[in-house]
Amino acid sequence: MSGLPQVAVGDEIPGRTVPITRAGLVRYAGASGDLNPIHWNERTALAVGLPGVIAHGMLTMALAAQYVAEWAGDPTLVRSFSTRFTRPVVVPDDDEGASIELGATVKAVDDDGTVTLAVTATGPDGKGVLGKAVAVLR
Amino acid sequence: MPLDASFVGRSWAPRTYAVGREKVREFARAVGATDPVHTDPDAAQAAGHTDVVAPPTFPVVFTWDATREVVDDPALGLDFTRVVHRDQSFELHRPVVAGDVLTTVVTVDEIRELAGNDVVTFRCDVTDPDGTTVLVSRATLVGRAGE
Repeated sequence: MSGLPQVAVGDEIPGRTVPITRAGLVRYAGASGDLNPIHWNERTALAVGLPGVIAHGMLTMALAAQYVAEWAGDPTLVRSFSTRFTRPVVVPDDDEGASIELGATVKAVDDDGTVTLAVTATGPDGKGVLGKAVAVLR
Repeated sequence: MPLDASFVGRSWAPRTYAVGREKVREFARAVGATDPVHTDPDAAQAAGHTDVVAPPTFPVVFTWDATREVVDDPALGLDFTRVVHRDQSFELHRPVVAGDVLTTVVTVDEIRELAGNDVVTFRCDVTDPDGTTVLVSRATLVGRAGE
């Protein structure tokens, strides 16, 4: 039996705002092993034409997956997660960092209880930072 | 210079990764995953798992390394310093838990050219020691054309 909340197609999952700080980027760099300096070094980020240090796309994806997992109530119910990285999240060198708004809409509910969510992640400028983000839970 | 389409379907040598409890905890902390199944072995066992459970995107810790090794293969011809990560997916057949010893095989799924850029999708097939599929991940990278 699926332990997922009861939902119907079109339902919206309560949204959440998640801050991403420089300290969070350093922590994720160490945890993931992605040490690309564009995620922690302003000089390198500017040199390659970025507006500043940007978050790992995989960190944004992980935060979105975590948001979905918490809604599900059990992280092992997340069976698949896919996304496109559409825009970088620029993380300023201050204590607040950048906030992303996460949300999701139910796209499908199958007979076996499988729920498909379309997930959205919006950056501080109001533009989407993940595209075609889909989570399947069962 | 466009990539050689004959690479589609090619796989590289398997790599093995041992999932450690502290690495799972470290990753869980970094992504704000506060469910105790990620950090407390007792809570994980009470939920029916053999040890702490990795968050859904944890496999990137080893699939990215395996993919990076392929990207760096000079035969393929991608310049990693000009690569942008465009898409990522994970299809989890079961949760990854501490104590797992997982083997990753990277295969080139697709090569396309889009506006002069190389677009390559790498598939990682991750199996346990029995050969049972644990997860399949895909990463699509765009090699930006040189100026």
